[in-house]
Amino acid sequence: MTDRLPGFATLAIHAGAQPDPTTGARNTPIYQTTSFVFNDADHAASLFGLQSFGNIYTRLGNPTTAVLEERVAALEGGTAAVATASGHAAQVTALQQLLRPGDEFIAARKLYGGSINQFSHAFKSFGWNVVWADPDDISTFERAVTPRTRAIFIESLANPSGSVTDIEAISAVARKAGVPLIVDNTLASPYLIRPIDHGADIVLHSLTKFLGGHGNSIGGIIVDAGTFDWSRDNKYPILSEPRPEYHGIKLQETFGNFAFAIACRVLGLRDLGAALSPFNAFLFLTGIETLPLRMQRHCDNAKAVAEWLSAHPAVNEVNYAGLTGNRYNNLARKYSPKGAGALFTFTLKGGYDAGVSLVSNLKLFSHLANIGDTRSLVIHPASTTHSQLTDEQKIQAGAGPDLVRLSIGLEDKEDLIADLDQALQA
Amino acid sequence: MNHDTYDDNYIRSILNNVKTIAMVGASPVNVRPSYFAFKYLAQRGYDMIPVNPGQVGKNLMGKPFVASLADIDRPIDMVDIFRNSNAALPLVKDALTLNPLPKVIWMQLGVRNDEACALAEAAGLQVVMNRCPKIEYGRLSSEISWMGVNSRTLSSKRAPVPTQGMRLSLNRVSVSGGGTNAADRAAQIKDDKNNNA
Repeated sequence: MTDRLPGFATLAIHAGAQPDPTTGARNTPIYQTTSFVFNDADHAASLFGLQSFGNIYTRLGNPTTAVLEERVAALEGGTAAVATASGHAAQVTALQQLLRPGDEFIAARKLYGGSINQFSHAFKSFGWNVVWADPDDISTFERAVTPRTRAIFIESLANPSGSVTDIEAISAVARKAGVPLIVDNTLASPYLIRPIDHGADIVLHSLTKFLGGHGNSIGGIIVDAGTFDWSRDNKYPILSEPRPEYHGIKLQETFGNFAFAIACRVLGLRDLGAALSPFNAFLFLTGIETLPLRMQRHCDNAKAVAEWLSAHPAVNEVNYAGLTGNRYNNLARKYSPKGAGALFTFTLKGGYDAGVSLVSNLKLFSHLANIGDTRSLVIHPASTTHSQLTDEQKIQAGAGPDLVRLSIGLEDKEDLIADLDQALQA
Repeated sequence: MNHDTYDDNYIRSILNNVKTIAMVGASPVNVRPSYFAFKYLAQRGYDMIPVNPGQVGKNLMGKPFVASLADIDRPIDMVDIFRNSNAALPLVKDALTLNPLPKVIWMQLGVRNDEACALAEAAGLQVVMNRCPKIEYGRLSSEISWMGVNSRTLSSKRAPVPTQGMRLSLNRVSVSGGGTNAADRAAQIKDDKNNNA
């Protein structure tokens, strides 16, 4: 007899969690501790040597955080996950397992501005060279592949433009090149898009956004799809070669299809140290329980607001993939049929000044640098999140001077429309 | 029988029913994967027998090494092959000369030999390939969740605190198929490539 497979909403509530063994507590307790006692010297040695399952020190793992990790792995259809202190920490921790100085990775130009900065400057100082490609022209990815390429990095729904990436087409380029495809799935969440189903080998999130959903905690996560063969050639020695600090064990040989997640934990978290706080893990778990309900409401509200704005005389253009006629609408229907997410941009006929004026006149929308909150948010990327980019980079990233970004929350859509209406008239 | 993917209930029934396991290729070196798989399974209550002709005269966790399956003095339920894929065929042939026959041939993570598998199945044995019994036991009991691994199982029951030598319940609700379709597909592609090479 085969068990009935639970659905997404059931996994969002139950995956990874079960009543606490010692107290019977039904909700996941917050194990707010730095460390865990060993049974004896042999137990300690076997834990440090990666021979036994168990807890050592919260930088390497924590029971509250482990529930979060298993839950997100289950929702994404991966074999394992590793939580980190932020989405940026997830990126550096994941890429550290793949890149040596002098190596390259190909990244879509349309990314969160903070990622463009991290890749262009911090990673360059490590000798990890980013090569940019255009997600609207797959041939630019093909042409960017060299013998030093070690990964391809894209966003499923891109920030701030809300454009939809053709994951399967870029996955085909990655397979041909023999490198893993890394997908930042922050904007979609696994409720809308499961990139592993479309060929992703690693999925990253800023948990801060829709997975947490309430704007109360910073965190990130790395999901291992278990799909990539790290030992096929000598490109990924961290995974295929003996690890001197772990008595010469080979990670893929020992851990099979979750070896990448183990590397991120026992090398990445150990050495870079960007562990998530157990308290934040608890808040993320609470948020994820309602992810399916929230994401659907985010999408439905966003579509209503985008349709209203498209008909407004002060608005030049609304860029929301959920609108019929948008250039990404076909990709949205394919990859994200339940809705095109909560985030979109629009341009104002009045240009830069009209954007600044709108932001200051809004009374319900909050002007801040985040997305994926219960509250509706507004920002003018050219003067904030993307202000450190050159003008050319701003336009390539979809953040021109006349552009305003909205992250639509869970309020009544009529109230959101009324707020925009008064702000555009003021 | 599909050996690219296994139903959780197939693995679960094997791990619930076998008691005596001969591990061929067990290492006395305490940093080798075979050593810690041996140790884990012993701590979870299995009667483990280390088989390694180069180590006869020594003990592994108090169990004396034997040179071959034929040297084991009692019936065994499962042969766990911790050797390379080519070694699996002669080992299965050896196993099939035992009386009584073992019930299960298990080939470790990274070990796969379809000819050996067919031979064992023709004799009525169950076969698992390219899996680690420690990982599968840890997964089905959810003990492995401590490392952020997707156990692909759910339970609303309070679990006892694991102690030394304790068998854990493997009878949780499986989410299998929903969880690692992608990983199973990738493994199949890899197998196809290896078989064609």
